[in-house]
Amino acid sequence: MPSEDAAPRLDVDQILADPGVRIVVCCGAGGVGKTTTAAALALRAAEQHGRRTVVLTIDPARRLAQSLGLTELDNTPRQVKGIDVEAGGGELHAMMLDMKRTFDDVVLAHTDPAKAAEIFANPFYQAMSSTFAGTQEYMAMEKLGQLHARGEWDLIVVDTPPSRSALDFLDAPARLSRFLDGRMLRLLLAPARSGGRSMFSLVTASFGMFSKVVQKVLGAQLLTDLSGFVAALDSMFGGFRQRAEQTYRILQARETAFLLVATPEPDAVREAAYFAGRLRSERMPLAGLVLNRVHRPAVDSLDAATSLAAADRLAEEGGHDGTVEVLRAHAALAQQAAREQRVAARFTEAFPQVPAVSVTAQPADVHDVDGLRTIGAAISRP
Amino acid sequence: MRAVERPADPAGTGWPARLHVVTGKGGTGKTSVAAALALALARDGRRTLLVEVEGRQGIAQLFGTDPLPYEERHLADAPGGGEVRALAVDAEEALLEYLDMFYKLGAAGRALRKLGAIDFATTIAPGLRDVLLTGKVKEATTRTAGQRRAYDAVVLDAPPTGRIGRFLNVTAETARLAKVGPIKTQSEGVAALLRSPMTAVHVVTLLEEMPVQETLDAITELTQLGFPVGRVIVNAARPPLPAGREVTAAELRRGLAAAGLPADRDTVAALAGEARDQAIRRELEDSLRGDLVELGRPLTELPLLPDGVDRAGLEALARALHGAD
Repeated sequence: MPSEDAAPRLDVDQILADPGVRIVVCCGAGGVGKTTTAAALALRAAEQHGRRTVVLTIDPARRLAQSLGLTELDNTPRQVKGIDVEAGGGELHAMMLDMKRTFDDVVLAHTDPAKAAEIFANPFYQAMSSTFAGTQEYMAMEKLGQLHARGEWDLIVVDTPPSRSALDFLDAPARLSRFLDGRMLRLLLAPARSGGRSMFSLVTASFGMFSKVVQKVLGAQLLTDLSGFVAALDSMFGGFRQRAEQTYRILQARETAFLLVATPEPDAVREAAYFAGRLRSERMPLAGLVLNRVHRPAVDSLDAATSLAAADRLAEEGGHDGTVEVLRAHAALAQQAAREQRVAARFTEAFPQVPAVSVTAQPADVHDVDGLRTIGAAISRP
Repeated sequence: MRAVERPADPAGTGWPARLHVVTGKGGTGKTSVAAALALALARDGRRTLLVEVEGRQGIAQLFGTDPLPYEERHLADAPGGGEVRALAVDAEEALLEYLDMFYKLGAAGRALRKLGAIDFATTIAPGLRDVLLTGKVKEATTRTAGQRRAYDAVVLDAPPTGRIGRFLNVTAETARLAKVGPIKTQSEGVAALLRSPMTAVHVVTLLEEMPVQETLDAITELTQLGFPVGRVIVNAARPPLPAGREVTAAELRRGLAAAGLPADRDTVAALAGEARDQAIRRELEDSLRGDLVELGRPLTELPLLPDGVDRAGLEALARALHGAD
């Protein structure tokens, strides 16, 4: 792989064994194997490095979740049984994020039960806590902050949500807290704070026009619900913002290691490059790139063109059907590998200093602990 | 809303709907497939619109153009005088356009944006955002210019399988928030189109376990929600293996020698190993293909492009889609 020629090799064992590293965040585009990578790394940290590890998964495939004992979504870490930790004293715990429940817990933590019940009943809260594009990212950060605050684990491995873009993981929490703390909300709140008889009694002329349009488009009932939601959340703004900022600082700290996960496909590599740029500008510690599903021919010396030409010659001669098939398959593999190298080079050329490791494509998908162990070994010893 | 009629398939392309919604698990190449479909349906002097709604600029990256604005632009020519246009729908722009159309806002609309009201409105109600996006798609699909339709077909590069049900099910999301008013009317109009025979939701997959599983799940969900499921499109497919037998080392050694290639023990063993891995992979692919066939849906396979999806690759995919039966 050119990534190995051009970039330093990523040594994940060094990261997993380092007691100074307390958080590993796996991020990347959708469909690149983030969840599997996160689970494999967590298992390896527990089994090989004796660390008490928890893996926070967001949306694992059903069979992978089952293999980790994640049969119910109860939003708390459960110990994974039947793994090989006797020697080192490590432990593996796993949990699946329940976005709505995490949001509910945040509300409960910041307000009294009566107010909380009011918030839970509001249709806006219901819409926002279950479908807002960004809530999942925000709640993943929130859960990470909670796990970190409990101080029970040596290492927290986080999978990130399957967002439209990997950047959403960094952007959504800020967007959400900006929104919850924004000018619009304060405008909407102004009447509620002044006694709340008339919803928009104190607002400016331009805002009066706005409220008229909103009334027209959305209807008055909706505005009442919205106003209630905003008023109820008002007491929690400070809390939201403070927590988002705390988690953000943890992500910038030395104890965190970001791992980019990608496959040698143009979209995935482009996402990884965007993300690497962002991490750099946010001063967040990027540890390296894990390039999954890389194809490698077993014979380097035989290139695609030679192999194809030989297959064609043999096919014409006849009598070597088996060999013709093998040579054509080899040519296809070599061609794919060459293409993948060109794609991967787009990242390593842009970020030559970022350590990278390639993981060879597995013939079949991974959905048990043995499979995760194999992947973990492959990431560590390519 | 005008009653929706079953569109004919005059060109006999095998793609009878007018609005083609293309979804699929992340990484399956749904943007490439959507683009190739827009090219295929634009053949023979037809005009199509390729739409994206997630702000990813995937179309621009695929065609190597500048980022697409919120404006229908010429994207590519198709054989026989056809044209593909492209549009990146932005929820905020769509809301402004919508407000302007119904309320003649003009400068007030710009003031609203300055105030953050537009951002606010599209943020607070996630369903609203989707209604605006799908509403714009509906408008383009049903628009007429003079006596003819503005577009013979509209192809939507839609959100991935995990979110497609919620994205299309706009009425459920907005009904919760808006009981009356134009938003409700708008979302009902969109829902009627999306559930009519004018629409087909195609699911793109690879012959890999997770994408196939998500395809099965998405088709179940879409069917339950009442959306017309179109084709299952297998991207980057290799043809099924002929029922071959495993080649022996001796046979391979003779073959390599006959071709004048190195036939030492290591090379023979390595090539045989490659062939074995391939066979395992192919068997899995065949079994996954079987799962998809069992769905009983029209199945289209697009070939794996050895050099990736460049412009020539897109044309090749378009040709494969055009001939789909």
